[in-house]
Amino acid sequence: MTTTTTGRAAPTGKRRRSPMSVGAWPLLFIGPLLLGVLVFYYYPIISNLWTSFTATNAFGGDPKFVGVDNYVDLLNRPDLPSALVNTLFYTAVVLLGVPLSVVIAAMIELPGLKGRTIYRVLFFMPYLAMPVAIAQVWRIFFNGNFGILNQGLKAIGIAEPPYWLSTPGFAMLAVAFFGIWSSIGFNVIILSAGLKGISPELYEAASLDGASAWRQFRTVTVPLLTPSIFFLTIMTAIGGFQLFDGLYAMLGPGNPAINQSRSLVYLFYNEAFVQQNKGGGAAIAMFIVLLVGIATAIQFWGQKKWVHYE
Amino acid sequence: MSDRKRSVLRGQLRYLPVHILLILGGMVMLFPFVWQVLMSLSTNAEIQSVPPQFIPGTFRWENYVEVFQKLPFLQQFGTSLLITVARTLGQLVFCALAGYAFARMQFRGRNLLFGMLLAILMIPGQAYLIPQYQIVKSFGLLETAAGVVLPGLFSAFGTFLMRQAFMSMPKELEEAARLDGCNPWQTFWRVMLPLAKPSLFAVAIVTVLWSWNDLLWPLIVTTREENMPISVGIATLAGQYSSDYAVMMAASVMAMAPIFVLFFSMQKRVIEGLASSGLKG
Repeated sequence: MTTTTTGRAAPTGKRRRSPMSVGAWPLLFIGPLLLGVLVFYYYPIISNLWTSFTATNAFGGDPKFVGVDNYVDLLNRPDLPSALVNTLFYTAVVLLGVPLSVVIAAMIELPGLKGRTIYRVLFFMPYLAMPVAIAQVWRIFFNGNFGILNQGLKAIGIAEPPYWLSTPGFAMLAVAFFGIWSSIGFNVIILSAGLKGISPELYEAASLDGASAWRQFRTVTVPLLTPSIFFLTIMTAIGGFQLFDGLYAMLGPGNPAINQSRSLVYLFYNEAFVQQNKGGGAAIAMFIVLLVGIATAIQFWGQKKWVHYE
Repeated sequence: MSDRKRSVLRGQLRYLPVHILLILGGMVMLFPFVWQVLMSLSTNAEIQSVPPQFIPGTFRWENYVEVFQKLPFLQQFGTSLLITVARTLGQLVFCALAGYAFARMQFRGRNLLFGMLLAILMIPGQAYLIPQYQIVKSFGLLETAAGVVLPGLFSAFGTFLMRQAFMSMPKELEEAARLDGCNPWQTFWRVMLPLAKPSLFAVAIVTVLWSWNDLLWPLIVTTREENMPISVGIATLAGQYSSDYAVMMAASVMAMAPIFVLFFSMQKRVIEGLASSGLKG
């Protein structure tokens, strides 16, 4: 981070308060955002917590307080373990995209490499694509009957390749592949920016010491990139735990494998907005909040061991 | 071949393995886009043919016409435009104003308020969705673009970015403006805001991308075809005409086109803007 922290001005005795701080000005500047945030974020988080302790019957009427019933129901759901496993599996796979992106970014930013801009644009394109629109191509790629993946597999002697999108497990693999493919572009952009911050003298010094390109990558590039890598790990994990778009786009509600291939957010969407069980949905949302909180806390705790800040 | 060209070539030769890997990787990234355009001009039989046929016999432009028969495409496209523009403008205004105040004004509870704002970023969006839906419903805005737009007008992340931008600016500018008799609004509007253009652009890019491609929230708010933005429209089309691949592809190509036109017209600035949005986080 640049040196931006000016903080509060040093106390200068009897200096008159700056006109910037008097009267209604701060309120005028912050008011609109504050109002919006109060209505659409602060109130909802409290309301959601409350809703998770209530139940509404199917015919409407006022929600009734039911204590922790929704949470007990949630933990007893037969589809919770699979949703949890699917979400964790997906997150683990997209996290593999981070080291992959480090290698790609390091290659793109090699000094003197030609065609850098084109490579950057190519790897960035998937990030721009509307997930639900570009997923239509991957659905055909993974199609069990005529998809080119299975045609290729048959060509190399695998007689009965799986029906990727309609077989639980394989379906998650396809969704996770789509996830990695979509996420690399953003990773590369962030890592490239980080790479530009590394001073070329470090590499010169390393070359003078006779370090090979691979050794330079390991001992100079990766350690100095760890703040960016950490940032991406956090963002990717949070994004992975919230898998919805890619799954919905690839499998869709009519897919035979969807019941075993749900993510936690899909479970939430289905419960709250398809089954119209707001209390149950709110409980799932709180479960996701808890899970993301734990995962993020673990990463912040673990970063001390591997992230180097200058 | 000139000497200079030859030496450039020799220089790149040592990177040959790198070029091969990057080209292969780049193909994996590019291939779906090219293939999608080709499929959008094919017949369904060609798309499903074994062995695969990538180049259509004749270009079937009719697929694009058919999109308009199967989907209120123009309407959905317009809704997406409206949502994206409204959210982007809204975020720019609200985030720049608040970011400036958090960076440059002294008031009681400033740090507490800012901390509470950042806390929003830590909480996954699902925790807000049900109440947001109920609020939008109580405003009578279900099935409207306004309903889709509303919660996304206010962004903690955008405010954070703008605050960072204003904090990095020299204080002397404000002093000078004040001595010239500017009030806080004039200082902000005439002096500081123009300097924050790169960050405003970063906020705009992040918001445009997210608004245009967003699925879950508009899927909840709109259920009738004529009210949906195009992302939900595509999802619906995929559900209804799951085997009409060619038309799906044509609709998808058109749905993604604006973002790509925008990107290629200001490619460098977009990449820089996004990179800065990440670095400052």
